[in-house]
Amino acid sequence: MINTKDILETINMIREENLDIRTITMGISLLDCVSEDENRLCDKIYDKITHTAENLVKVGCDIEKEYGVPIVNKRVSVTPISLIGGALSPDGFIKAAKALDRAAKTLGINFIGGFGALVHKGATKADNNLISVIPEALAETDFVCSSVNVATTKAGINMDAVAEMGRTVKRAALLTKDKNSIGCAKFVVFANVPEDNPFMAGAFHGVGEPDAVVSVGVSGPGVVSSAIARGGDCDFSHLADIIKKTAFKITRVGQLVAFEASRRLGVPFGIVDLSLAPTPAIGDSVAHILEEMGLEVCGAHGTTAALALLNDAVKKGGVMASSHVGGLSGAFIPVSEDAGMISAVERGALSIEKLEAMTAVCSVGLDMIVIDGDTPADVISAIIADEISIGVANTKTTAVRVIPAYGKHPGDVVDFGGLLGYAPVIKLNEYSPSKFIARGGRIPAPIHSLKN
Amino acid sequence: MKAVITVTGKDTTGIIAKVSTKCSELGGNIVDISQSVMREYFAMMMLVEIDNLTMSFSEFVDEMNRLGDESGLDIHTMHEDIFNTMHKI
Repeated sequence: MINTKDILETINMIREENLDIRTITMGISLLDCVSEDENRLCDKIYDKITHTAENLVKVGCDIEKEYGVPIVNKRVSVTPISLIGGALSPDGFIKAAKALDRAAKTLGINFIGGFGALVHKGATKADNNLISVIPEALAETDFVCSSVNVATTKAGINMDAVAEMGRTVKRAALLTKDKNSIGCAKFVVFANVPEDNPFMAGAFHGVGEPDAVVSVGVSGPGVVSSAIARGGDCDFSHLADIIKKTAFKITRVGQLVAFEASRRLGVPFGIVDLSLAPTPAIGDSVAHILEEMGLEVCGAHGTTAALALLNDAVKKGGVMASSHVGGLSGAFIPVSEDAGMISAVERGALSIEKLEAMTAVCSVGLDMIVIDGDTPADVISAIIADEISIGVANTKTTAVRVIPAYGKHPGDVVDFGGLLGYAPVIKLNEYSPSKFIARGGRIPAPIHSLKN
Repeated sequence: MKAVITVTGKDTTGIIAKVSTKCSELGGNIVDISQSVMREYFAMMMLVEIDNLTMSFSEFVDEMNRLGDESGLDIHTMHEDIFNTMHKI
């Protein structure tokens, strides 16, 4: 028998504390769409996606209604397009991106991920062709997201690719300058990219995955923050327990939704991603959780420790609540998508250096950070190299999604709208890494990659 | 299977009657009910068996929402599974 207290707690989490399912993402393999003819390839891509995911949005909406829990996004991820477009020219890859965009519009989803390449050890001709048109593909489509994996702990860091990524980000900013360089918000550079991540912009359907799979990303920073507030001035052991219990409950909802979606869609269940994903809405901030723990402002000394505790407790609580956990699983710290982070940057409490340190102990990396539009490409490559090194050395996923907003400088604020939020331009170190980035080649894998 | 219906709003005559009549019209069987009135505010929670609904559960949720809109009440209908999974191991 369910008791009244439990019912009220659940309802309160949903209505007052912004508990939601951030995304149901269907991963679809496009390996069977391979064709020498680019038009035929694009038709097959469109047909496979729109056929396989035809009920995704409806099923998402039904589950949302029946369980009373908001499901914010319904999305699709596909096999990295460079793998199925081995014979495509750069123009052919743009056509493929447009086919993905058309499929997304037909389905009524809000993002489709997988326009990307895995080049951690080196790039094929197809990889290079795809990468060369990422800025155009992002500018000429609405819903396509792109990611490139440039490093793994096993392979080391492909610094040629890192150098290219700096130029790619700059050109994506230029080509979408009329929309605050929003192209960059749909592009992520990864180290140790997971093959089953349901969150955008970095979602793609890995080659080790089945033909189709459903994964769910949970959310709920507001729920954790409120639980900590109710816990009062307890010590750290008790604090970790509070977070674990809350994460367990949040993840159980994710598991329920994932299970139902899998059953109704007739597609296997993949994973639940245990991430605390903030939104710009009040009461939905990871920074506010850290502040609730006792920091005056996120970014103060102690922030990294607080985030490490949070990230670890979320995983410990969540892992028992789901049969399969995967993806990124941890706390996200995007700047523009988190009201507390935005305010911390505005107050001068949170620098890019502190954000970089924080990424060593939580999921993902430097995310949705707006930088000076005049930042040179090699500085962006160096930011990427630093962040990717943290991932490679610590055997974890890290990523970079920075936006050198065209024509914007420190002191300006850039507004992307919706879930992408807004952010002040953050100040960077002024000294040049130019000669370092120009060396090219690969940074060897760390010694602890030799585990066999 | 059961659903939990919560009803909140300003207290007026006949709220329980309205909601329970609608439920039974649609084939829902009320198995438990608790209600309280704090000053002028009314709050009720009902546990309803939904195995013999005359429509799909999704349509039942729509109907209850419509009743809420018509009578100026906040009515939410949720499948019991969400409470069970969240609070029971």
